[in-house]
Amino acid sequence: MNDQPQKNLIIRDITKSFGSVTALKRVDLEVRQGEFFTLLGPSGCGKTTLLRIIAGLEQPSSGAIILTGKDITALPATKRNVNTVFQSYALFPHLSIFENVAFGLRSRKFPEQEVRKKVSDTLELLEMYPMRNRSPEQLSGGQKQRVAIARALVNEPDILLLDEPMSALDAKLRAQVQEELRRLQRRLGTTFILVTHDQAEALVCSDRIAVIEAGEVVQCGTPLEVYDFPRNRFVAEFLGAANLLQARRVNGGVETEVGFLSLNKQPEWPEGLVAIRPEWIRVGSEPSVNGVHATVQDIVYRGTNFDLTMSPGALRVRTNAFKNFKIGDQVWLELPPAELVVLEG
Amino acid sequence: MKQNTILWHGEMTTERALTRRGMSFLSSGIFWLTAFLVLPSLIFVVLSFAERGVYGEVIWNFSFDNYKRLAGFSSFGWTPDYLLILGRSVVVSLVTTLVSILLSYPLTFFIASRPARNRFVWLVILIIPFWTNIVIRTYAWFLLLSPDLPFARFATFLGFIPDGSSLYPSAFAVYIGMISDYLPFLALPLYSSVERMDWALVEAAQDLYASRYRVFMQAILPQTAPGLTVGIILTLVPTMATFVVPDLLGGAKYMLVGNLIQQQFGTSRDWPFGAAISMALMLLTLLSMRIYRRKGNTVDII
Repeated sequence: MNDQPQKNLIIRDITKSFGSVTALKRVDLEVRQGEFFTLLGPSGCGKTTLLRIIAGLEQPSSGAIILTGKDITALPATKRNVNTVFQSYALFPHLSIFENVAFGLRSRKFPEQEVRKKVSDTLELLEMYPMRNRSPEQLSGGQKQRVAIARALVNEPDILLLDEPMSALDAKLRAQVQEELRRLQRRLGTTFILVTHDQAEALVCSDRIAVIEAGEVVQCGTPLEVYDFPRNRFVAEFLGAANLLQARRVNGGVETEVGFLSLNKQPEWPEGLVAIRPEWIRVGSEPSVNGVHATVQDIVYRGTNFDLTMSPGALRVRTNAFKNFKIGDQVWLELPPAELVVLEG
Repeated sequence: MKQNTILWHGEMTTERALTRRGMSFLSSGIFWLTAFLVLPSLIFVVLSFAERGVYGEVIWNFSFDNYKRLAGFSSFGWTPDYLLILGRSVVVSLVTTLVSILLSYPLTFFIASRPARNRFVWLVILIIPFWTNIVIRTYAWFLLLSPDLPFARFATFLGFIPDGSSLYPSAFAVYIGMISDYLPFLALPLYSSVERMDWALVEAAQDLYASRYRVFMQAILPQTAPGLTVGIILTLVPTMATFVVPDLLGGAKYMLVGNLIQQQFGTSRDWPFGAAISMALMLLTLLSMRIYRRKGNTVDII
């Protein structure tokens, strides 16, 4: 443990209601300094509300926001050392790119020389310096996003908040920007909090992910943890498309629609769900542990792999692109016990 | 003469043919403006250099007498009376517009923040004065400012007016009347801009440590400028020329240029002098628009 005050963010027991609608229910989270943290959930789950509460644009109904050991719950947005990249980017249309980025520094009355230096450096960092004299309407979506990020970062915030920053970009650009964002965050060491409904984006960018459903944090962990060991049905279905099997606990495993499956960990429930990712199911010609005799029902070629649908159970299986299958092929599937996840009831 | 063929919206044509077509589209508008704006204005210009006969008839003698008189030169020496009236008109017009702006921002933000269902009701309340005759609206202030009502009593209590008298005629009553009459002209165009405002810009400014003043100047004003500009023109221009309100609420002592013009065409029967004052008013209005234009970059009417 070091004695220096941690520049971490603690979200303590935050509840937010709009009239009779509860947007957030007793949310507890801790974001560590220098972390790329993602709030992931479907639209309307409350993730943006949580981000706005952290930014100070919304007041929680109850609970506290603690930044670097200080309770900032009552501080307005103007007094928080937290900056936001808005979903629409919200660039000031009447100001040049340079003046947009300089906005926060000018608000705080930095000397002109310092403003010039900091703005130029930040624009340089985001490769937007040549565009500094343009107006926002002359930029493409991706360029606007860079300016919005520069405008927030130039203030050297403790935390950078990103509200679905990729939603206005096309798919190819999005993938590129995600990687860039990740690199930028590593280079600066600033804490980033990203709000997204795109599970792939969350997996690519994040150090840790908090999955939010209907105003509650369902699971929080590294991308690997959340993806491989979903806690419940919602997480299993929201991140990737896991196979969910209705199961009944029996001695040494569970009885399911595809037959008996042995597990490494006995479930606590008598009846519930077990999940397995399509890519973990192995396809062979011989019976093995947790072997299921299956017939190929449907084949989808995706370039990098095949997605097969099997009966029984309409099991989805992902295989590499070298194997050739035909509809009606009889195969043996192996569902390795280590990859079978017991979901909470 | 050789004609250059040009491609215009996928059509092969010549410049001359395009010009001819454009002029034919414009012709009806040009006719309208010529018949009802340019010609009458020209008649006024000519009229303003004529003379009044003994019985109020127009004598077509070219002279600068009307303008000299307006500038205060008469056979009895120089008086600033007319210039004072002109100056007062400009001040009243500017103050009315300014106060209307200051009132319109909170008003329009209030309406825009109502739930969509109730907003209509608030808008109707704002629009109703448009349907009501300006004379009737001004007369309503007679009642409200009469000696027995709380406004006058309060003023008496503070010692502004003697006991038992009304708040009109006075400069105060003129301002009250002007602002209440012209507020909707400023508030409605402003509302159309406020309603469409992108609040993310306000939040972005707050997020970037802007003070309240800076939030207004950088995030709200640029977005509402189009509506505000229309509103300012719609208030500034008619308030310059208004005569009903000062006539009813200002009394004889508080004359504005509108009353002066009305007097010349009415009781005084001095059309040439009235035309000269109208010319001066038109120049003043154009001048104030010009100043406003220079300050606020461009005037976007549409």
